Amino acid sequence: MSANPETVTESSSGLKEKLKALHSWAEVDDSTLNGGQKLAVKYFMGAVILFIFQILFGLLAGLQFVAPGFLYDILDFSVNRMVHINAMILWMLYGFIGCTYWLLEDESDTEIVGLKLGVLGFWVLSAAITVVVLVYLLVQTGAGNDTTLWLINEGREYIEAPRWADIGIVIVMLIFFYNVVMTFSKGKWSGIAGVLTLDLVALAGLYVAGMFYMTNITHEQFWWWWVIHLWVEATWEVLVGVIMAWSLMTILGVSRKIVTTWLYIEVALMFGSGILGLGHHYFWIGTPEYWLTIGGFFSALEPIPLVAMVVHAVYDSGERGFKNMNHPAMAWLIAHAFGNFFGAGVWGFMHTLPQINLYTHGTQWSASHGHLAFFGAYATINIAFFYIAIQHWRGNVWMGAESNNAWRWKWALGMLNVGVLGMTIALLIAGYEQSFIERAIGGSTWGGYFAAQVHPSFLSAMHWRMLFGLVTAGGLGLLVWDLLTIGKGETRKAEVITPAE
Amino acid sequence: MSETPKWASESFWKKVAVWVTAGSFLILVILTFDTLKQTSAGGERVPAYSVINKKIDYQFDKELNKFMPVIGGQELLFGKEFSEEEAEQLVTLGKKTTQAKNCMNCHTLLGNGAYYAPDLTKAWLDQGWLSVELREQQMISFLMDPEKNARTFGTGRKMPDLDITEEEAKGVVAFLKWMSSIDTNGFPYNFTTIYAEDD
Repeated sequence: MSANPETVTESSSGLKEKLKALHSWAEVDDSTLNGGQKLAVKYFMGAVILFIFQILFGLLAGLQFVAPGFLYDILDFSVNRMVHINAMILWMLYGFIGCTYWLLEDESDTEIVGLKLGVLGFWVLSAAITVVVLVYLLVQTGAGNDTTLWLINEGREYIEAPRWADIGIVIVMLIFFYNVVMTFSKGKWSGIAGVLTLDLVALAGLYVAGMFYMTNITHEQFWWWWVIHLWVEATWEVLVGVIMAWSLMTILGVSRKIVTTWLYIEVALMFGSGILGLGHHYFWIGTPEYWLTIGGFFSALEPIPLVAMVVHAVYDSGERGFKNMNHPAMAWLIAHAFGNFFGAGVWGFMHTLPQINLYTHGTQWSASHGHLAFFGAYATINIAFFYIAIQHWRGNVWMGAESNNAWRWKWALGMLNVGVLGMTIALLIAGYEQSFIERAIGGSTWGGYFAAQVHPSFLSAMHWRMLFGLVTAGGLGLLVWDLLTIGKGETRKAEVITPAE
Repeated sequence: MSETPKWASESFWKKVAVWVTAGSFLILVILTFDTLKQTSAGGERVPAYSVINKKIDYQFDKELNKFMPVIGGQELLFGKEFSEEEAEQLVTLGKKTTQAKNCMNCHTLLGNGAYYAPDLTKAWLDQGWLSVELREQQMISFLMDPEKNARTFGTGRKMPDLDITEEEAKGVVAFLKWMSSIDTNGFPYNFTTIYAEDD
């Protein structure tokens, strides 16, 4: 069947009708959104879809630890795990881009400069991701040559996306960056705007460090960590600092002067510890011995800015008597402050010194830390922002503890936190067991590895992880349901917050 | 008392943030140059690719109080002596194969990756290959047909068939042999190699 212009117009108008129907069902009102926010809600919806993918493939991978024959040779562990971690990185990036676009016009006090370009960027990125995921699932692997690395899979944890997609991602990031910088330049700059812009330069620039092939694995992993570590333990942390600052100002009414000063303190502590804290990934990859000292020392300091963030969030909330305009968002912001501190700070510190890392490196310890840190530091604050966005989109409705069906957001909050914490503890037990049996006693041989994998405490930990994974999935289901419905039919307007001097 | 003291002011912390960030980054750049120089292939920490022509072992060094790679005399791979260029070609094929087959999302390499399958850092030296004589052939057969030659050690976890050709398998073996010669500051600790009984 050939597509003639008429059928194209028909189907596109049909699609528009469907979208309209969806909007009216969800009771969202586009006229409440400014240009940047229209772009932001697209990214937020993409983020939620990718979040669902992350959890779905996490469940499949987790199940394969319990039942290794499950989907063998169809969707192997390597494929499920790759989709699990890639969807996670991407949904968080979508969330961050969304948050930035959301606050852009308010913060710069002017209209976004390249709305159409931004929309184009969104669709290009989303189409590219769809193709990449389909190739991951259907083609999976290729021959050991450059064609595979360019078209199928680069085979480097977290940044597996093939090279063509890397280039696409950089172009879309440049569009995003252009919009941010030019909008602030046209409107006005602020402390938050300055930190945000410099952080985005670093974030985009670092990605390029991961776009080269190297045979020398020591060099390859050296640069690979530049991307992974300097993203999640430096630039992303500063980015959530910016989002936190803006959110506290918006929903709590904390004064700009206070949040900006705190933001600078956090940047100083975060980059001061995090940049050289990179050294904790350079203990065992062939890099010189001085990294043991530098990495150990600076990464031991990394929890300090996270303590500062907890103090900042809790103190300001208390100081304002917890009077805020969006209870679910506020609850998730507090979950973020503690989750970031425990997940990234405490769980990271527990195994960061080289003397203990010699035994824990490359065991389920890292998985335990990874689960609580990514959730606590990044999932939570994105979810908080979803609530800020949906409140506004439904016409700035009242959103409090006694909203209709408030049990949904409370149970979603509870189940997601309990679920992830449960997985974290289960994986930690597995990690301890592996460190003793595989590493200390078994000397990390294959025999030692498998002895640890069949140990009863490891096996039971994997079952517990699965159970809490299901709790997490249930919490996500509730969260999505809640986001689709919270505030619907609500007649009260949001509580008015008077900003502090 | 309403005046903010200097140490708590916005402008003070702005300057601190800028200087601390710039200073840390500068130190990182300097250390990066030094690290890349010290770890280029052919140096002391990361041997040249032609190290695949030699015997590689991993032993506890009493003086340094840590495990260290020990490069010995000739021990050819696939019965052939590789020139530096040929060795690099073969290791490159192996490295690209490990990426193309997504090894890192089950295994760890130098301890980094996923935790569904064993670490590959010293896989070349593992006693699981039974004997030095059988090792090369065992590795090739395993890589090319992992299902039939599965080594699950009672876990039920099997490597899937990844359509690895013989040439690619040889590349992977060469890559693993070369990787086992890297000085990893004593990681992994307490590893008993396939040569242990001979000593």
